[in-house]
Amino acid sequence: MANQGPAYYSPYPAATYEGVITPPEGKALLLEDVVDEEIAMREIARVMLTSENATIFPGPQVLYGWNEEAKKKATLIKEMAEVLNAKMIPMYDYRPKYPKIDAEVEINPNHPNLTIWHNNIKAAIFIGVHCHYANVALKIVRAETDCYTIAICGLSGHEDAMATLRDQHSHELEKFIKIAKEVKAELGK
Amino acid sequence: MSHDIYKINPEFREIMPKEIIELEENATWAKNMDKPRGIKELPDTKELLEEHSLCAGCPEAAALRYVLSALPKPEDTIIVNSTGCTSLMFPHIALHTVHSLFGNQNAVASGIKRVLDWRFPDTQKDVVVLAGDGATVDIGLDYTLQSFFRQEKITTICFDNEVYANTGGQESGMTAKGQVFKMAPTGKKFDKVPMWELAKTSGCHYSVNMTASAPKAVAKAVREAILVAREIGPTYINLYTPCILEIGLSANEGLGEMKDQDKDRFASYKHVSPEAEEYLKKCKAEGLL
Ligand SMILES: Cc1ncc(C[n+]2csc(CCOP(=O)(O)OP(=O)(O)O)c2C)c(N)n1
Ligand code: SF4
Repeated sequence: MANQGPAYYSPYPAATYEGVITPPEGKALLLEDVVDEEIAMREIARVMLTSENATIFPGPQVLYGWNEEAKKKATLIKEMAEVLNAKMIPMYDYRPKYPKIDAEVEINPNHPNLTIWHNNIKAAIFIGVHCHYANVALKIVRAETDCYTIAICGLSGHEDAMATLRDQHSHELEKFIKIAKEVKAELGK
Repeated sequence: MSHDIYKINPEFREIMPKEIIELEENATWAKNMDKPRGIKELPDTKELLEEHSLCAGCPEAAALRYVLSALPKPEDTIIVNSTGCTSLMFPHIALHTVHSLFGNQNAVASGIKRVLDWRFPDTQKDVVVLAGDGATVDIGLDYTLQSFFRQEKITTICFDNEVYANTGGQESGMTAKGQVFKMAPTGKKFDKVPMWELAKTSGCHYSVNMTASAPKAVAKAVREAILVAREIGPTYINLYTPCILEIGLSANEGLGEMKDQDKDRFASYKHVSPEAEEYLKKCKAEGLL
């Protein structure tokens, strides 16, 4: 069961209540530690490559070709999934689906834990999900599952993910893929 | 860009659920010139509202489909909604919608419209308010009328079911005199507010009162109201969508009730200002209607 927060209002142990905040520019976050981006990238790749049913959840900002950067990122995310041996499950919009979501093929920010439980996902990357919905989804996942969540974020990151990379654009994704390939070779995966 | 937000990146096509692929391929968007938009296309195209949690047979659900099919540019339309039975459908629409605090919808829509005009000066953005009669004419009447007085270029559509349905049946200003509901047991003491007339005297350039019995007529009114709002000023549509639950009808009786009222309390009323009339003629000539 999720803990009640100190405010006795949120049922979730939100990271900010534990003093965790987003990393400063140029840095990344691993649990509560602020670290260099490269260290976080290596750790993220290791977790993804060694966890059961590692999955990437691409959100609307990368699923749809609404600008050139989104198109570029789509190609890179596909490559990232291959390098990390990860499955992809889309968060294609944020509608609370009626009557229920199909946890096999989709994830919804309003009840993301269902997809994670159903597919027994132990590590997941959120990418291209708009901030307010990433915040909601990551809190629920953090409270209700044992999945290691990773936010690859174009803005300032998410403290509720276990690992967060901030200011990630196509250039940084290329860097991450390169590092992930190295980690993969080291692990012999 | 507005239409591109529905274009799936090819890398993700194979993981997208069928309904989203269908939305991209088979919904009618204004940019899909090969597929016209309109009520006639409803049976063969992907609907922008797929499922909802309203009572079976609720006329509001049918009416919303007609409204959505008639939007001239759905990808550039923002619908502002308020709490009520309609808001049970809004989260399922594949368009930009904003849920405002109950009653505030016309104030929220005014702000959105002004900001959009400033932010996208080269794109026509349509802002449409869609809320129940409790929100539009009762608790939110002040905001509704003030937006008309200020000549905000928005369209207001009231789903007039003559009751606060979502909260279990209280009377609203739109309830007919004498009507008894579960939570209005002594009967309504005063006449139904003639909102369509108030809309006219408050500055709307287009105001209609009708039922949702005829899909084509609803679609025509929606199209005209949105076009007039773009260029001339505020427009209003009062649409009778009876709450079959609260008046004790079964799922298949909503249409009959609307048809009966076509000849009675909802006999067609239409006001079009001279400027709007002129503009609609122009739209017709340009094939926009
Ligand atoms: C500020 C505020 N006041 C009151 C409510 C309670 N409320 C929820 S739905 C509703 C009635 C809606 O009635 P109407 O606008 O006629 O829509 P309908 O449900 O009939 O479609 C009310 C009063 C609320 N949600 N928020
Ligand atoms: S309560 Fe009335 S208005 Fe609401 S969904 Fe049911 S029939 Fe429709």
